[in-house]
Amino acid sequence: MEDKDHHISAMCKPAPGEAGKTGDWRDVRPVINHEKCTPFIKKKPSCFLCWLYCPEGVIRDTIPVQIDLDYCKGCGICAEECPVGAITMVSEGKHDG
Amino acid sequence: MTDNCQILTGNQAAAIGVKLSGVQVVSAYPITPQTSLTETLSQYIEGGELEAEYVRVESEHSAMTVCIAASTVGARVFTSTSSHGLLYMHEQLHWAAGSRLPVVMCCVNRGVGAPWSIFNDQQDSIAQRDTGWIQIYCRDNQEIIDTVIQAYRIAEAVYAPVMVCYDGFVLSHTTMPVEVPDEEAVRAFLPPYKPHTILDPHDPRNINPVIFPWRRMDAEGCLRDGYMELRYKLQKALEEAKPVIADVSRAYGRIFGRDHGGFLWQYRLDDADVILAGMGSIATEATMATDMLRKEGIKAGVLGIRLYRPFPREEIREAIGNIKAKALLIFEKDISYGYEGALCSDVKAALYGSAVQPPIHDFICGLGGRDVKASEIADGVKASLNTVDEGDSRPQTIWLNCRKG
Repeated sequence: MEDKDHHISAMCKPAPGEAGKTGDWRDVRPVINHEKCTPFIKKKPSCFLCWLYCPEGVIRDTIPVQIDLDYCKGCGICAEECPVGAITMVSEGKHDG
Repeated sequence: MTDNCQILTGNQAAAIGVKLSGVQVVSAYPITPQTSLTETLSQYIEGGELEAEYVRVESEHSAMTVCIAASTVGARVFTSTSSHGLLYMHEQLHWAAGSRLPVVMCCVNRGVGAPWSIFNDQQDSIAQRDTGWIQIYCRDNQEIIDTVIQAYRIAEAVYAPVMVCYDGFVLSHTTMPVEVPDEEAVRAFLPPYKPHTILDPHDPRNINPVIFPWRRMDAEGCLRDGYMELRYKLQKALEEAKPVIADVSRAYGRIFGRDHGGFLWQYRLDDADVILAGMGSIATEATMATDMLRKEGIKAGVLGIRLYRPFPREEIREAIGNIKAKALLIFEKDISYGYEGALCSDVKAALYGSAVQPPIHDFICGLGGRDVKASEIADGVKASLNTVDEGDSRPQTIWLNCRKG
């Protein structure tokens, strides 16, 4: 690790994580119940509305659907848009008590 | 040194300075009294005299944005403006300085509204004091052309933008004999601009990303500066610009025969009993007042302040400390409302703790183009000396030639 920044203005090379692991902003996390998820049930690419709506691009249109929790900010849009109610937002518990 | 003396307005002198500096991108929006400067540049470019891109924009905010973008990809850039145009540019002035880009601009000084005024004072550029720009104030048209050329060498050496300020109409539209430097000699004086970072499609960079309050590791494992570290680097750059500005002034003098003094200039100051200090054409006027006062037996002298940011604190302390004057009178065309003139505050702060502490009077004058005659300056000096001679050494702010009440 280099400790000295030789640049005289702020800059970085575009790379994942350059703006920090934004997942740590999250208060609630999306949890997928795959037994309800359409592509998982049909075993073929379908629906993927969560992937389409995610404003952070952290959902992958795979079977099963995957969410990158390093960068998911917990906005809950995927849970709101899921037509079969397969995604639940669960408290991270950071502020409990 | 060549013998090419032309009769030029301040704006023409600035335009020739820009042309000689080999500027590659010009972007500006017309505003009085700056307009004829950029008009002249557009003629140079259209006529093929200056091989540069003239980018037309809808505002001064965009003009500075174009300069920032072009400077980031390695072009030598120029813009100019006045008054409300400069105020509209304010946000981008911070971006240019924070990005450490050697943008050079002329501020053709004009008062700001409300109410509307197209006439000269220095409120516009003084209001940009804390944007991280180097500010140099010129006293005549010769100094304008020379300072524009010097500004590029200073800016590109320290990676900080430079504002060359001169008084609207008083200089911008007034003709004077001006020695035009030789083009080849200017090219030799100004090495090509080497950007500190260059945007390149083959090596992409994210310029000015969000910076958090703390230092943070980047994806390559380097602990990157936080906001405060970058601000500190800008402050350090302006502090370290001082020896560069002094060197550039001397080097220019050796090659072209004119050294405008770097930070400060003096006129009949060595044996002065009263010091008249100011920036720009008001200081030139004070030299005439000095001659008038000396004919009456009053030993006046002028301390002209050319460099406003970085502020030449030590040099001002030394210049004033070397003279046992009984009064220091500041003449300035700006006011920090609710306190006093900005230059006066800075000079007072520079003298803090100094062994020499003359009584200081601050003359607010020439706002919105109100004429300031040498005789009026001389009368102000005499009135101030009477006050001091009567034993009153308290600081005063005096509105010169202004009806009060």
